[in-house]
Amino acid sequence: MFEHYLDLAIKAIFVENIILGFFLGICPFLAVSKKVSSSIGMGLAVTFVMTSTAPINWLVNNFLLKEGALSWLGFPEIDLSYLSYIIFIAVIAATVQLIEMVIERFSPTLHQQLGIFLPLIAVNCAILGVSLFLIERDYTLTESTVYGFGSGIGWFLAITSMAAMRHKLRYSNVPAGLRGLGITMILTGLLSMSFMAFSGIDL
Amino acid sequence: MRALTKEDLKIFTDPLLNKNPLTFLVMGFCSALAVTVKMETALVMTAAVVFVLSLSSTIISVIRKLIPSKVRIIVQLAVIASLVIIADQFLRAYVYEISKQLSVFVALIITNCIVMGRTEGYAMQNSPGKAFLDGLGNALGYGIALVAVAFLREFFGSGSVYGIQLIPDWLYEAGYRNAGLMVLSPGAFIILGLLVWLQYSLLSNRGAPGEHVHGADHSHHG
Repeated sequence: MFEHYLDLAIKAIFVENIILGFFLGICPFLAVSKKVSSSIGMGLAVTFVMTSTAPINWLVNNFLLKEGALSWLGFPEIDLSYLSYIIFIAVIAATVQLIEMVIERFSPTLHQQLGIFLPLIAVNCAILGVSLFLIERDYTLTESTVYGFGSGIGWFLAITSMAAMRHKLRYSNVPAGLRGLGITMILTGLLSMSFMAFSGIDL
Repeated sequence: MRALTKEDLKIFTDPLLNKNPLTFLVMGFCSALAVTVKMETALVMTAAVVFVLSLSSTIISVIRKLIPSKVRIIVQLAVIASLVIIADQFLRAYVYEISKQLSVFVALIITNCIVMGRTEGYAMQNSPGKAFLDGLGNALGYGIALVAVAFLREFFGSGSVYGIQLIPDWLYEAGYRNAGLMVLSPGAFIILGLLVWLQYSLLSNRGAPGEHVHGADHSHHG
């Protein structure tokens, strides 16, 4: 059983990395990857939010939205799944707000590090993407949590290595037209290839 | 209805190439690249974005004076999400096979920063007619970039365009192989990087693309 979860986590971190395999969350990935320190902060915040929103959205879907999910209230025929997008967005925004308040109360240092990144995360499509994928793939509650955590770590690894690469890039002579976005995309492609090399690992 | 002025036309044509949202403003990558393995999915995705973006800009612009500025983001999200739900249900009803392939990426138009960027950055300050043109232009510009990437990926990755085989059989027999990399995700990144290079070289009189918008608040959205 443990191996199954480990396998799922490794898949989410490397082979099916949420940025490099599914292109989700690229905007903050490009915008915040200029400095290693801020990319670490952003990566931590994303990991944190993904790990908490994945199980919450699983619960919301299974006990409120899915076809027959309301049978515990006595409405077995109701199917609210068409509402899932709007509800998930609301849940994510609310969770981010809540996490921010909790962190501010208990760990001011952590809040200082993550503070500016948290509000941006509410509209990060990687977070919504994780919630939608776990519904589409029919994960259980534990699997969803593991998947959310793994995707977060994968995002963290990708943005931190990108920031380190961009740091090195400052000292290299890139052709004028490729500077900025062009070379960053090509680097992301190379990074994506290296992450794909992990495919085939099967526990 | 009054005729379109030159200015209106510029609102529409600017985002098509010069200020293309994807390659120039670095917005809206999410939900974009994953659908570019084949032309078919890219075109359907473009249609969905055109629908959502032009209508959400128009609707937001019509009600812009009624929205209290403190809750404007939530209002915009609600309008966008409702339109996305309509588009998604429509696709499921009429082109089920393609909607299966698009999987969650239609839903992710909600968090696509182009849509939020246009409603927040343009529709909130301009009249409905202009907002519609701006939304339409940006959606089509986005679509052009999407279709260009999809064309190259499908041509080199599968030897076909829109499902029609273009590379003749004798070439395969002579030893030609499809580039498998193009079908995988790294291909999309690299092709987009090269397209940005091409675009910049053609319009080389401006600053490096993407450099000057980082830091503007829209560029951070997912």
